[in-house]
Amino acid sequence: MTRAGLFKRPAVAIGVVIVGAWVLVALLAPWIAPFDPLRSLAPLALPGAHAPGGGVLWLGGDLLGRDILSRLLFGARPVLLLSTTATLTAYLVGVSAGLWAGYVGGLLDMGLSFLANVILSFPVLVLYIVVILALGASPLNLVIAVTFASAPSVFRLVRTLTADVRQRDFVAAAVIQGESVPRILFVDILPNAAGPLVVDFCLRLGYTTIMVGVLGFLGLGLPPPAPDWGGMVNEGRALAFAFPHLVVFPCLAISSLVLGLSLLADGLNAAPQTRGGL
Amino acid sequence: MALTMLAVSLLVFLALEVNGESVAVKVLGQFSTGDQRHLWLAQNGYFDPLPLRYGRWLWGFLQGRWGVSTYYHAEVRSLIAPRLAASAVLMAAALAVIVPLALALGVLAGIRQGSPVDRVVSVVAILTTSLPEFASAVFLSAIFVFGLGWAPGVSTLADGFSLRELALPVAVLALSSTGYIARITRASMVEAMASPYVRTARLKGAGPARIVLGHALRNALGAPVTVILLQIPWLLSGVIVVEVFFAYPGFGTLLYVASLNSDIYLIEACSMIGVIAVVSSQLLSDLINAALNPRLATERRAPPRRPVEALAP
Repeated sequence: MTRAGLFKRPAVAIGVVIVGAWVLVALLAPWIAPFDPLRSLAPLALPGAHAPGGGVLWLGGDLLGRDILSRLLFGARPVLLLSTTATLTAYLVGVSAGLWAGYVGGLLDMGLSFLANVILSFPVLVLYIVVILALGASPLNLVIAVTFASAPSVFRLVRTLTADVRQRDFVAAAVIQGESVPRILFVDILPNAAGPLVVDFCLRLGYTTIMVGVLGFLGLGLPPPAPDWGGMVNEGRALAFAFPHLVVFPCLAISSLVLGLSLLADGLNAAPQTRGGL
Repeated sequence: MALTMLAVSLLVFLALEVNGESVAVKVLGQFSTGDQRHLWLAQNGYFDPLPLRYGRWLWGFLQGRWGVSTYYHAEVRSLIAPRLAASAVLMAAALAVIVPLALALGVLAGIRQGSPVDRVVSVVAILTTSLPEFASAVFLSAIFVFGLGWAPGVSTLADGFSLRELALPVAVLALSSTGYIARITRASMVEAMASPYVRTARLKGAGPARIVLGHALRNALGAPVTVILLQIPWLLSGVIVVEVFFAYPGFGTLLYVASLNSDIYLIEACSMIGVIAVVSSQLLSDLINAALNPRLATERRAPPRRPVEALAP
């Protein structure tokens, strides 16, 4: 299917629009946000209330009187940055190990597969909690925790794909030509396994976004003053039954972003790929 | 299996126990003096070599000596048992809703690919699986607690077991897991409906009900059964979030409180129990799979061929 054809699929189009909108928001946050996300204006103001210095708190104010809309717009930055970085590092680790294990096989494969099995035996959230607790909560450690928890699934997928692609004639031809192993792995095999990986990447980005949100919700995410969507829900939770606007809007933000990513993954998955994998 | 558990225990040990100093801080508190910590570490054998410490820790764990919670000041074992029971109730209730609902929706959608029912189910499934559990918890409570006042906002089970308090947590869990299982069921059903034996049944003159119930359904249910069991680790994560949100007195809230208070022995025990739950669900899914499809047992053992050998005539 051509690229133009891909965008005609409504799921992909909607996904692109939602994700693209959030990326734009993250990039332009300082210019489009009506207020400073850390400035205290009107505590627990209802949506549409006027700020003391002029201007309107369209989505209301939080516990400390900070503008919820501005915090949401600025919050897109850490959320997108963290999930993308974390998913990319998970892919870096998972793809390298998976290609290697799937191609070489043998003891190395057994060892890495066992390690992946061990890590995947944890309920995801428990694993995050243990890693965060061992390392402490900081953006870098969040990335490490996500990498640690997701790389094994990526590894499994890549390993299966590699073991399959490896048996094709063009790989045998590359071996006979005397190409180096890294070249075979990354130039010959990886592009032929790319289709399912792109779909998985979008899905995983969604999961990671959820997980970063959940960690924030549990109070194990970014340290407090940062406008983090999950953290905003955590802060507003105690008063949620009296002031639902504290928590509903951050939840809408994170849900829409994840929905965009799932639609994208779903659309890409349904599109015929150059080579059917999984 | 046993090896996996051993490796998991080593991982937990390495992550939480290796740094004796930080264990001492967590147990004795931030304001303990260096001398106190040193004394405590010496008394509890933290200066012994690492393998010895690990062996002793594992042996103690196997014997049920899980230590004393620093936050609750109680035996970890006695804390966990009632919480596990409460979580098991929540999970069983959730599964009792999720499984029939997901299978029914998936089968209905999969009977005719591309039908309006199929499209609606697919869209709703994507939508609901995209909601993080805390978000659907917020939305549902905004509607049913804040808006309509039908359900209580917290499910502390303070006055004993109550279906009303269980409703929202179960609904949240169902919302996040049903869609995924329904989609797997649907794919599996679509495949079964396109198979030669369904065509044969149709040519034979079997009615739609007989085709679906007698022929397609049995073959289509293999994949969903596996997926349902593999969904348990996710459900467990969801249970933690839901319990925290609704203050449900279960295993998840316990782990949450433990992690906020760096209650190290409680966390160790909770993670090991979580892993045991996951590993046993995996084992169960393997067994059921092997029972449903005996071919799998032999296929899986076949070693992948190496490329150069494959080339040899």
